[in-house]
Amino acid sequence: MYRKFQLRVPQLILAIALMILGLITIYNLSRTELVTFGKDFTSIGLLVGGLIFYIGVLIIFSMFQNETILSIAILFPSMVAVAIFVYGFIGWSVRVSLSQWKGLRPDYTWVGLKQYIDLFDHDPRFMIDVRNTGMFTVLFIIGCLIIGLGLAILLEQKPKGETIFRGIFLFPMSISFIASGVVWGWLMNPSTGSHLTGINLIFHFMHLDFLINKWFTTAQPWGMAFTVIPAVWQLSGFTMALYLGGIRSISDDLREAARVDGASEFQIYRYIIMPMLQPVTLSAVIILGHMSLKIFDLIVALGKQDIRLDVPGIYMWTTTFSANNYAQGAAIGILMLVSVAILVIPYLVQSMRSEIKL
Amino acid sequence: MTRRIALRIVVYAVLIVLSIFYLLPIYLMLITGFKPFNQVDLKTMWNLPTTGLHIANFIAGYKQLAPNLMNSLTMVIPEAILSSCLGSLNGYLLSKWRFRGSDAIFSLILFGMFIPYQSILIPLVKFMYAIKLYGDIPGLVLVHIIYGIPITTLIFRNYYAGIGTEVLEAGRIDGASLGGVYRHIILPLSAPGFAVVIIWQFTQAWNEFLFAVILTNQSHWPVTVALNNLAGSQLVQWNVLMAATLLAALPTLLVYIFLGRFFLRGLMAGALKG
Repeated sequence: MYRKFQLRVPQLILAIALMILGLITIYNLSRTELVTFGKDFTSIGLLVGGLIFYIGVLIIFSMFQNETILSIAILFPSMVAVAIFVYGFIGWSVRVSLSQWKGLRPDYTWVGLKQYIDLFDHDPRFMIDVRNTGMFTVLFIIGCLIIGLGLAILLEQKPKGETIFRGIFLFPMSISFIASGVVWGWLMNPSTGSHLTGINLIFHFMHLDFLINKWFTTAQPWGMAFTVIPAVWQLSGFTMALYLGGIRSISDDLREAARVDGASEFQIYRYIIMPMLQPVTLSAVIILGHMSLKIFDLIVALGKQDIRLDVPGIYMWTTTFSANNYAQGAAIGILMLVSVAILVIPYLVQSMRSEIKL
Repeated sequence: MTRRIALRIVVYAVLIVLSIFYLLPIYLMLITGFKPFNQVDLKTMWNLPTTGLHIANFIAGYKQLAPNLMNSLTMVIPEAILSSCLGSLNGYLLSKWRFRGSDAIFSLILFGMFIPYQSILIPLVKFMYAIKLYGDIPGLVLVHIIYGIPITTLIFRNYYAGIGTEVLEAGRIDGASLGGVYRHIILPLSAPGFAVVIIWQFTQAWNEFLFAVILTNQSHWPVTVALNNLAGSQLVQWNVLMAATLLAALPTLLVYIFLGRFFLRGLMAGALKG
């Protein structure tokens, strides 16, 4: 006999006990504070209390023989968290960006699109940001794609020590943008003359003095181009890994057939492998593109907030938390979001559709 | 035949030249760190240390960053463990117990992975103030767990998609419920998935800068914020800075060297191609 609800007494007692325990925790914490190890755990304690209570609720839910309800109930906390912290906060940011909030006291006076119009209309700093981001994005994506594909093709020739090479090209990915920015700041030291150092010094040793340059302190707009070097150093290995995966998934039969038909190795790459790698290139462009539109820490560590190397992420940070211009900061944040969304949403929709079809 | 050999030589030459380029920063950090103070000179920055290995720079660097390394560690460990548990549950439900609308929910969650955090920063700071979690490590842990939900769910969902439904059907016929299938079938098979997610979250949180610099005050700065501050200060010698940078990068570097396989899988999941 199929029962919609199966009462199990031990579970019920456990559930009620958990719910009471959770409520007691919440009740006590809301009256006193929980400070241990010198940290204020009150809010975390309240959260834990809530979760204990919720586990009790889940146990009762599990007695209904309906997996969908239980499944939704378990997902519920994550869904609420994302709904608040992602969508709720985006909505809140949008509202701030439509206000004139400047200063520590919140001011939600509605000014419409004024913040956005000001940014585009007469804000030279934001124009620098847009130009820098554009240049960074284009050069970064091109650099990663070319080097990544090149490395993948080289490693595809199965050289000895392939795994070592692969490891060398991939390890920068594990280092933080901050650490990489600090080191590359020293490698790309712009001092000249008797203070020559960093990579410039290597050029000098190799009698390639004509290559000595001022790196990211070159006159704008080209100084920004050099900030791409550490970024490519970190992510070309990732692009290589994507391409390697793509090449390896192309069946050997196809290449063998082409060889039998008399195609050269070059022709095989040009007419068979490259066209089949287009989806990989697309994912790489999306992923690298959304990273470069958000680029922040690398430039902070490298440029030390030099205005010539400014990007929207840094502008948002300083205008909000140093100048207390919250409305403008929110507007920049939302513009960053829009630029990323234009790139990512079609891709997300596409990959969800193709997955559902399978 | 000679053409083949010539081609082979070109392949190796290019690979070796590129490898040198990739290793340049590590080489610089290592040799600078191991030089005694009196040998440190920007003019000879590329020379190997001539009088044996010294670790004075590393000690000086460690002195600068010790509390921050500790802060990062106390943040990253609970963060990685808790968010992997959450991701495992979410991934299991969204891959094995799909219901009407579950794919839509998954897409909505997934979008959270791509947003620039500048677009939620102001509400986040105000919210963390309001719930008194601003300024310290527990708040940062909570924030990392929440914004980690998309990626951890994605990695586990892809991972569980690879476990055949036959196993689950068998379990259900034996009378196992949603919880029972998870406990007796899915969880024992989850170890590699957990490895991938824990390593991924560990690296991400260790390397993260924006939340760290906005949500913590100076005494609770994680290592990235402290390192950036150190780099901007005039008081610290560049040789000490190089040693400190290596120390700050070392944990994730070691994870990569010893567990790179799992790290790479997390990376690939981030590309939505499980």
